[in-house]
Amino acid sequence: MRASAIGALVVAALTAGCAEAPPERTLAETRDGREYQSADTQLLETDAFANPGYLWLDRGEALWREGGDQSPSCADCHGEPAALRGAATRYPQVNATGRLVNLTQRIEQCRVERQFAPPLPYESEPLLSLTLLVAHQSAGMAFDVSIAGAARVHFDRARDYYYTRRGQMNLACHHCHELNPGRMLRGDRLSQGQPTGYPTYRLQWQTLGSLHRRLRFCNEGIRAEPFDYGAAEYVALELFLAWRAAELPLTAPAVRR
Amino acid sequence: MSIHRRSLLSATGAWLVLAPLSLRAAPRPIADLLRESFGARDIRDERVALSMPALAENGNSVALEVSVDSPMTDADHVREIHLFAEKNPEPLLARFHLSPASGSASVATRVRLADTQTVVAVATMNDGRLFAGRAETIVTEAACLDFLI
Amino acid sequence: MTLRARISVPKTVAAGSVVTIKTLITHKMETGFRRDAMGEAIPRDILKRFECRLDGALVFAADLQPGIAANPYLTFQTRIERGGQLEFVWTDLNGERHRETREISVAG
Repeated sequence: MRASAIGALVVAALTAGCAEAPPERTLAETRDGREYQSADTQLLETDAFANPGYLWLDRGEALWREGGDQSPSCADCHGEPAALRGAATRYPQVNATGRLVNLTQRIEQCRVERQFAPPLPYESEPLLSLTLLVAHQSAGMAFDVSIAGAARVHFDRARDYYYTRRGQMNLACHHCHELNPGRMLRGDRLSQGQPTGYPTYRLQWQTLGSLHRRLRFCNEGIRAEPFDYGAAEYVALELFLAWRAAELPLTAPAVRR
Repeated sequence: MSIHRRSLLSATGAWLVLAPLSLRAAPRPIADLLRESFGARDIRDERVALSMPALAENGNSVALEVSVDSPMTDADHVREIHLFAEKNPEPLLARFHLSPASGSASVATRVRLADTQTVVAVATMNDGRLFAGRAETIVTEAACLDFLI
Repeated sequence: MTLRARISVPKTVAAGSVVTIKTLITHKMETGFRRDAMGEAIPRDILKRFECRLDGALVFAADLQPGIAANPYLTFQTRIERGGQLEFVWTDLNGERHRETREISVAG
């Protein structure tokens, strides 16, 4: 049977019935992205000194305490970063204005509304560092996102996206990350595409990068047009991925090839 | 059930793109590089232990450890350790300067490797002797290369 | 040059012991061999030299080349006979420096 037909069947099966019915999980067991890395890369991730992600974590901790004459620091409101343990597991979520926002956008909102600071570019070093700092507080915890109520429409849209073929290669996310994890694509071992280690230090980037950067790279890989950093489509996809990660613990700062 | 084999193969074929380091000049053999740095002096393959992973999944950052069997005394110590990767556009990776105060001749770093190759570490001793150690690492090429900088 | 470094040094050691010092610093170590999306060569921008001194005396130095990975990691060893101030200096191609210091003391 052609993969497209299988994909269509899967989508049909998933979307059948009432829109509010709890969705079925498609992965029998979840595996962290770390498991698909070489021994050397895994060793770098677990080395609390040599893992370069800690350079960004240090920066995040410095920024956490930085305030101005008229603007409070993160610490002034929240105390220690550890006070936000668990926060990262609950994003993306629908905010008070009805918009689905991820952790980075929530931090940005805090900066602009509470610290009266100018907005930062999505993939900027300070915003990545703060996101990593907050994500790190939830290391070892699983995602706990809500896909009920106002979030459900975003979830359904992202799930459709996940199973829809696109780009010159005509592949859906599903083809690499659900049908073929563990198999080789030239020198790469395909993973389940889990979002648990972001922002991540990627050897290929030689720097820390966001999940949106990774998703843009995925889209380019299959020769599809990537969305912008912070695009609603990617935030919705983050929600679907966080739900799909089930019990997998967060691991930031992770290291990937 | 797996993806249709032919569609996966055609997809991977289209991913064959030029590596970003393709503008480099043809590599020179390690023997030439060593002669340039050390003249005709004898380099013995002993005393230097060079350790790298057998397989690196990205050449941008490969763990490397080098240690030299030396008492590191005033009378007998390592002065320098030179690292060469002959297939890199610039084969000299680094030069480390040690002294009796080092106590132990052992250095670790992370290097870039342009290709699968043998890296050579050359230790220069205080009395002028030269020792070398070698290690090969296979560098695998990623399926998708990220050109966004 | 705004860099951030991580340094691992034991605070107190026995006199005469050989200690391991680890350093990590933010730097892209741009090789000069890459081109940007418009095909323009990206100029070389690397840390060229690293030095570690104990109370002014050179302990370890490294001449770094583009073949050193981004965010350079360096681990080396030194024998500590007496306590003092360890100074770490990284210098880039323009001669700009990043400096850090750590105290180390000898027990007993």
